[in-house]
Amino acid sequence: MRGLPTGLLKPFTQTTGLARWMLVVGVLLTAVFVVCALFAPWIAPYGFAQASAHGTPFPKVGHPDSQHLFGTDRLFFDVFSRVIWGARTALEVVILSIFLCVVIGVPLGLASGYYGGWFDRIVVLVMDAMYAFPSFLLAIVFSFLLTNVYGGSVVAVSLSLTAVYIPQYFRVVRNTTLSAKEATYVEAARAIGASDGVIMRRYLLQNVIQSVPVLGTLNAADAILTLAGLGFLGLGIQSTDAAEWGHDLNRALADAGSGVWWTGLYPGLAIVLLVTGLTLVGEGLNETLNPTLRRRRLLPVVLPPRTPTPVPEED
Amino acid sequence: MSRAGSGSLPRYILQRILLVIPMIWVILTIVFVLLRVAPGDPVSAALGGKLNAQALQQRRDALGFNRPLIAQYWDYLSSVAHLDFGTTFSDNQPVLRVVRDNGGATLTLTAAAFVVALLVGIPLGLLAGRYRDSVPDVMIRMFGILSYAAPVFFVGFLLQLYVAGPLGLPTSGDASPITVFEVQPKTHILLLDALLSGNGTAIQDVVKHLVLPATTLGLLICGIFIRLVRVNMFQTMQAEYVEAAEARGISRSKVTWRHAFRNALVPVVTVVGLQFALLLGGAVLTEPTFNWPGIGYKLVFYINNRDYGAVQGIITIFALAVVAISVLIDIVNALIDPRVRF
Repeated sequence: MRGLPTGLLKPFTQTTGLARWMLVVGVLLTAVFVVCALFAPWIAPYGFAQASAHGTPFPKVGHPDSQHLFGTDRLFFDVFSRVIWGARTALEVVILSIFLCVVIGVPLGLASGYYGGWFDRIVVLVMDAMYAFPSFLLAIVFSFLLTNVYGGSVVAVSLSLTAVYIPQYFRVVRNTTLSAKEATYVEAARAIGASDGVIMRRYLLQNVIQSVPVLGTLNAADAILTLAGLGFLGLGIQSTDAAEWGHDLNRALADAGSGVWWTGLYPGLAIVLLVTGLTLVGEGLNETLNPTLRRRRLLPVVLPPRTPTPVPEED
Repeated sequence: MSRAGSGSLPRYILQRILLVIPMIWVILTIVFVLLRVAPGDPVSAALGGKLNAQALQQRRDALGFNRPLIAQYWDYLSSVAHLDFGTTFSDNQPVLRVVRDNGGATLTLTAAAFVVALLVGIPLGLLAGRYRDSVPDVMIRMFGILSYAAPVFFVGFLLQLYVAGPLGLPTSGDASPITVFEVQPKTHILLLDALLSGNGTAIQDVVKHLVLPATTLGLLICGIFIRLVRVNMFQTMQAEYVEAAEARGISRSKVTWRHAFRNALVPVVTVVGLQFALLLGGAVLTEPTFNWPGIGYKLVFYINNRDYGAVQGIITIFALAVVAISVLIDIVNALIDPRVRF
């Protein structure tokens, strides 16, 4: 874990050609949306549920023009502003759900793998069953329940997504723990009297946590799609609570027949671009980290000083 | 391999089926806990404004909601064991009948989508894998990523906007009212009924209605086929037997299509089965996009009506179907590939 910056850049410097290109495009696309999300109040000309400005109401389903770059929708809202604010909603939901996945899934996986026994059996059974459940249906069940209880809020949707992705974190962490706990250094730690808590926190966590970032990136792409899907079904966030691309597309569907394209095209493109960006990052990382797929750049060989002439670098 | 040893096929099948029973039990328990133990009263949620207090209470009694939870849980498990998935609250229909009446439409849609996905995905994946890192590969991979990244309802929106008009394709429902009126329902699958009736206009009408929804759902899955076939293809191209075939002087194209191609498709069979869950999820989104009268469309209808009974029943059936398919795929795999049985 020493030298964090180079550690973070390692996958990038080791890539060649296409994989590097994919990583760069992916990171750029994702960055655009992160900027939109962070600075939404400054980038978006209007609020996400604003139907008039300076006393003049917006037109209903108005064509894109200089006032409304992407036009307005059936609810008189400015489409451009909703697309920008939608990035914020997406980011909030994804960050909250993946944070919850890590906070719940990692300790659960650690404890389950470390202690074993009946506790492990039960948790594994429940997690396997949740994993076997079609993920989008699981999200539907959870958000159906949670929106009934909490209303369609960011928290309710995030919790539904957490339920969908937690088994993956649990599995990865538990499996790594199972192999890591047999290692000699863990045995040594136990021999000098380290408690279970210390072993898990100091010795195992470091090993186990490394697989989380790639999983997080891949899940983020999927989470955006699930969020939009729930919104499309009306199970997500309501239009006046926050801007959500999937729900906007649901309302736009009624316009398709009358040839109104701007209400649906822009939120849809936002989803496609953000998911593409995250997928490219995930795939790029996978191509560099997965030993069966990667084709690393050949690194220059540094030979001991006794050799008089440097060996030419192979390409 | 000894017949009665640990590698025997019947034993493997039995093991697989026995292992799935606790899984089903846990899934059923999760569904029950989520939908029945949840706070709030499901009956008034579904029928709130429609019935008076006395009628609501009667409905609650009839559904057994005032009995202890453990008894309700037992009722749920035993009725599922008897293939009784309860009744809907809002329109008081057996869930099984809802699924039977609308299952045909979902089956038609998913099967057609599968065909679209295979026709588009496998050739593109093979091409991309064969010419790895070339221009076609990059373009095909981008197409694969985009088709995964585009939500089905967005693809549906675009098709309705830009394709339906010029091609004169319908965007709503699975047939025009005239067709539904003329074709005699026999199998609950409209396409089959139309084919059986031999009515040319009816067949044409049904197929026309199917084109856009099937393309939409098919594109969702074809991205996965492309990725999978591509990776398998270039991994197979690196295999030793391909190298050996080349070393024997067999031409490059013959090695590709005779040797690598077939083996690259073997893992596809497994993944095809795993995609069933994705296909169901996609159908739930595609059906409302095109007002396609399948189970997903009904599920959304009941969700909007806050009908716990219907949601619970339909989700239970979906989950059981997915588990059953996964067991089936494992068995088929064991039949094809003896290594799996050990």
